[in-house]
Amino acid sequence: MQSIPIPEAPVKFRWGLWLSLTVIFCLGILLYLNKELTPFLVKYPKDWIIPLRFWISDLMQWLIKDFDLGLFTFKELTRSIAWVLEWPLSIANSFLATGFTFSTEPGAPIILPPAPWIAIVSIVGLLAFQLSGIRLTLLVTGCFFYLVIFGQWQSAMVTLSSIIIAVPLGVGIGFALGITAYRHPLLERMLSPVLDLMQTVPVFAYLVPVLFLFGFGPVAAMIATMIYATPPMVRVTILSLRQIPEELIEYGDMAGCSRRQLLRKIQVPVARNSLMVGINQVIMLSLNMVIIASMIGAGGLGFDVLSSLRRLAIGDGLEAGLAITLLAIALDRLGQAYNSRSTKSARADNSEFLTGPRFGALIILILIVSWLAAHFFPALAIFPESLQVTTSHFWDAAVKWININFFDQLEAVKTFVLIHIMIPVKRFLLNTPWSVVVALIALVSFRLGGFRLAALTTVLSLFIAVTGLWTKAMITVYLCGVSVLFAACIGIPAGILAASHSKLNRVTQALIDTLQTLPSFVYLIPVVMLFRVGDFAAMLAVIAYSLAPAIRYTILGIEQVPTHLIEAARAIGCTRTQIRWRIELPIALPQIMLGINQTIMMALSMLVITALVGTRDLGQEVYIALTKADTGRGIIAGIGVACIAIVADRLINRWAQRKRMEFGLQS
Amino acid sequence: MSKVKPALQLRNIWKIFGDDASHLLEKTSRSPSLTELNDAGLIPAVRDVTLDIFNGEIFVIMGLSGSGKSTLVRCMSRLIEPTAGEIMFAGQNLLSASEDELIQIRRHKMGMVFQHFALLPHMSVLGNVAFPLEIQGIDKKTREQRAREMISLVGLSGREDYYPRELSGGQQQRVGIARSLAVEPDIWFLDEPFSALDPLIRREMQDEFLKLQDILKKTIVFITHDFDEAIRLADRIAIMKDGAVIQIGTPEDLIINPATEYVAEFTRDVSRAKVFSARMVMRPLASNEKDTLRELQRHDAKVQEFADQAVHSDDPIGVIDDTGSVIGVIDRQSVLNVLVGREPAGSY
Ligand SMILES: Nc1ncnc2c1ncn2[C@@H]1O[C@H](COP(=O)(O)OP(=O)(O)OP(=O)(O)O)[C@@H](O)[C@H]1O
Ligand SMILES: [Mg+2]
Repeated sequence: MQSIPIPEAPVKFRWGLWLSLTVIFCLGILLYLNKELTPFLVKYPKDWIIPLRFWISDLMQWLIKDFDLGLFTFKELTRSIAWVLEWPLSIANSFLATGFTFSTEPGAPIILPPAPWIAIVSIVGLLAFQLSGIRLTLLVTGCFFYLVIFGQWQSAMVTLSSIIIAVPLGVGIGFALGITAYRHPLLERMLSPVLDLMQTVPVFAYLVPVLFLFGFGPVAAMIATMIYATPPMVRVTILSLRQIPEELIEYGDMAGCSRRQLLRKIQVPVARNSLMVGINQVIMLSLNMVIIASMIGAGGLGFDVLSSLRRLAIGDGLEAGLAITLLAIALDRLGQAYNSRSTKSARADNSEFLTGPRFGALIILILIVSWLAAHFFPALAIFPESLQVTTSHFWDAAVKWININFFDQLEAVKTFVLIHIMIPVKRFLLNTPWSVVVALIALVSFRLGGFRLAALTTVLSLFIAVTGLWTKAMITVYLCGVSVLFAACIGIPAGILAASHSKLNRVTQALIDTLQTLPSFVYLIPVVMLFRVGDFAAMLAVIAYSLAPAIRYTILGIEQVPTHLIEAARAIGCTRTQIRWRIELPIALPQIMLGINQTIMMALSMLVITALVGTRDLGQEVYIALTKADTGRGIIAGIGVACIAIVADRLINRWAQRKRMEFGLQS
Repeated sequence: MSKVKPALQLRNIWKIFGDDASHLLEKTSRSPSLTELNDAGLIPAVRDVTLDIFNGEIFVIMGLSGSGKSTLVRCMSRLIEPTAGEIMFAGQNLLSASEDELIQIRRHKMGMVFQHFALLPHMSVLGNVAFPLEIQGIDKKTREQRAREMISLVGLSGREDYYPRELSGGQQQRVGIARSLAVEPDIWFLDEPFSALDPLIRREMQDEFLKLQDILKKTIVFITHDFDEAIRLADRIAIMKDGAVIQIGTPEDLIINPATEYVAEFTRDVSRAKVFSARMVMRPLASNEKDTLRELQRHDAKVQEFADQAVHSDDPIGVIDDTGSVIGVIDRQSVLNVLVGREPAGSY
């Protein structure tokens, strides 16, 4: 053995790591045992807290009260933005839900009633048929019929009208910003961190400043929706423009395209498919947000879910939740059908009967006919209540039944998990001196990514400390950590299993796809149904919501293992199990970790929403801020969550990148 | 050749990638050495290239991967902005042309074919070929008619409605060629147009390219890293290395008088019989021979074409120039010399 030279550097490297870990560990115990000696290192002292949130609140106050932009005041600016957006929204809303009136006074006589349900269902069905065929038509009309029959129509149309206005605006703004950033790298460099932050700040946190600036109501909700849904469009736009082969752009220049021609005739059509993915994302995110934005007055289905959650009226909540789900599925599938159609050969399209103008004419015809018909048969406009079905009593009864008959079992599970897993973790995290946590993060970052990464993560974790959010942040970390742990324990084995059975794989993928179209709000319903409120219920909702990426990335990681490696392993006589444990899993590990990273991100965003079921973490902080319209508090807590997210994200990404480089999967 | 007017003139063209490249150029009075450039962390892609491209010739730029061919040809159309130098095209300095002028020049006077075809995936063959005309705002009927002509010229009639992804590589490149010819460019750039094709198709495309050129007589800048291809197609070849042009000449020039060891290395394995023309290997006509000549060859015929004939006949073959008068003779020995790889003794 002596003849084999052992490389020295890596050994030292490990030694250093273990040594410093031990030192930090001992220090932690010492600090904890001698609390009186250096209390400020154990618990972050109150006097040291920087009143950042008050400064921000003051700043917002000043903005809205005194800030003058010269030609107009800031308040006038927000007012006029709201006014401009009010118009299209109210037209869409009148058309779909409330009908057109002479004035906006409530109770004013209706000139033109809203589009009858029969018209909307037919139009959507026709669109589905046009895009794909009879199967999609059945699916989509089925979804919409649910809305009709279960009495969700009115609310669903309110929600849909927000979507119809928010999505094109979000897409348009995102696209314009994306193109500008693509053309001006400087702008992109400035935009990129902002986008990063926007995508990690939890949804609730957006609501607070919007509420403050634009007040309570549908317009404010729509603005929040747009702000939330636009960043991915910017990203996708930049990315898909950049993916265009260099030669095509050069060709465009050689053909003598002007900048406009290049954009319209080459860049946009070539990047069309990936741009469509962006649009689909905007639709899904808008739907998610417009539901959450019911907290600042969006109305519609979100409001129904919210109010039934508050009343603990499970049946109603479930039906409204299902309505959201079906609406999401219908919109998602329509969007996907549109995408895949555009990739098919356009030669087939020439034979299409219903091209643009004809389709438009047909829609108007359907509307007129159904308006006339509805005049004589009101049931076609508003589905008669006597025919409506509701299952809410059934669900209420079922929940009652479960809670009576299985109370002990459910309670036993809950108590077991709480006592043996959740509470110990929580205690441990809360009792660990903050200085030790910061030092640990700094150390790990330094080992992984050197000085710059360490500086970043240290500043972010210090931010949480100095803003006085440490305790709440630790509760967030604990809830998130435990949930992610469970999600990983379920998701990774599920992914491994699915990866080796192609049939199971397909089923799993379909399931995950559906899970991911569900707005986060919906996840709260069944959980509350069974476990009421508290950390355990919150954890279950978080696990369910964040499970998908753990499974998806595991499958992906295993599928990406180069086949020649497997062949080589088989050639030297590895068994299936050996291949799995020695080859596939280690190589898939970086990819799996990226999945866990996604899981963490989703868990954090869901955690904030679970404040509704009574957690005491940063989410609650945002929630309180929202109810009090306390901008500073909301923004700081939101940024706090973002800090946790960014630290986790950078560390895991860095680690995965290093591993992948070691394996030669990435250069 | 030198009597013909140059279509494109490059004077001291530099292209250096990296920040502050022009600054370094000025500092070193436009002649930085390779080490100076490397030390500054810059990538010299084109170094001090001066050359003329004449009307109607096929000018091949040849060099190994990374030698700067693509960059040079992109400088010629200003797809890439040269760091320094001067380019004269159609009586004006291309580098001082405004954005609009440049668009007009590219629309009407330049055509380009790309290595990976660069066809627009969302358009049919017809749409692709008509595209440059569409950009100019030519009406649909005219441009489609013109496009159909071009498509039949490259032998793709009947596939007008196909999409690029439904065509083979060779067919795709035909579309690329048809498209670049649709505007009747004065100068035609081809950047490794056949490199992405497999060898058999490549040969076929080269033959058709030569046929096409016989009809069109364009001024052509053709890029390749394949010396055989260069020899088959070129009137003149420029050899590039590390961004600099190290020799320009006819294929025969390069073989007979390689400027450097590097060029000699390239030409070593090339079959002489394919490159040398009759003019190159003939000897002067003896006074008594003129009437005994039974067989004649044009002066630009390649040795390969008449080698059989010369080896199997005892009589010398006469060489005639463009006007038909005999300017020399070739006998068995001179052909054998070429075939076994000896350099010709009496080259002109
Ligand atoms: N945009 C760029 N930025 C930096 N360096 C570049 C850029 N484009 C080209 N280069 C460098 O310039 C040199 C010449 O590249 P070029 O593409 O012109 O070579 P080439 O002869 O066309 O090679 P190939 O046969 O592979 O196409 C290479 O070293 C390349 O790495
Ligand atoms: Mg090249």
